[in-house]
Amino acid sequence: MAAYEKLVKQYDRQVFRIANHIVQNREDAEDVVQDAFLKAYQKLNQFQGNSKFYTWLVRIAVNESLMRLRKRRTGKMVSIDEDVETDEGSMPRDLADWSPDPEALYGQSEMADILRRTIQGLPPGFRVVFALRDVEGLSTEETAETLGLSIPAVKSRLLRARLQLRERLSRYFKRDAKPAQAQDGAK
Amino acid sequence: MTCTEFLAQLDEMLDQDAAVPLRADLEEHLRCCEHCEITLSTTRTTIQIYRSHEIYELPEDLRERLHKAILAKCRKS
Repeated sequence: MAAYEKLVKQYDRQVFRIANHIVQNREDAEDVVQDAFLKAYQKLNQFQGNSKFYTWLVRIAVNESLMRLRKRRTGKMVSIDEDVETDEGSMPRDLADWSPDPEALYGQSEMADILRRTIQGLPPGFRVVFALRDVEGLSTEETAETLGLSIPAVKSRLLRARLQLRERLSRYFKRDAKPAQAQDGAK
Repeated sequence: MTCTEFLAQLDEMLDQDAAVPLRADLEEHLRCCEHCEITLSTTRTTIQIYRSHEIYELPEDLRERLHKAILAKCRKS
């Protein structure tokens, strides 16, 4: 048990972050962390040493998060394929350049709020790919394996997630942006 | 190279894994297209900002509470 406690301490922050990215609700994310670590513990004998423990754990956490989302939507199916057929973000529209130092425009908590609200607007299938690849630093191959997607599917979703986030953040960060715009909320 | 072709390869530029001949073509396009230059630099900033901000912080008291709950459930199972 002491060895497993060590693993919990090593990966709890990452699992909490990934769960939040998908479920977008703190209480549900707390439940996901507990359920994911419990499930991983119960299935430890099924863990094949051919993948990293961390990517195996992330796969469990992603599935638990999607189940949680489904419960919240009273049984409606939720999958990482949902809403990914949108054309939004495939071509940039807002082409204004950004302030040279966008982070100086907002305080720390205001910035975190902007980033949270902005990523909330993306479909779950884009959010999770962006979170695993760009925030958690998994490789394209690890992200594909974790989510059960092909490598081209991961690449396509990542590109569109990045472009959609860029487009949505433009209103806050472009050269003539005023910090007061942060009150408006992201689309 | 058109802007649409450039955009299709944007990740290759961002992740710096474009093959040398392709990279030369992409950089050539960037030199004469301000829009794609802005798209590349602002997308790069988007990723950096998300990487450098902890937007879902796990406070220490909640962390301890979660540890206790997880280990208790594991012992019971």
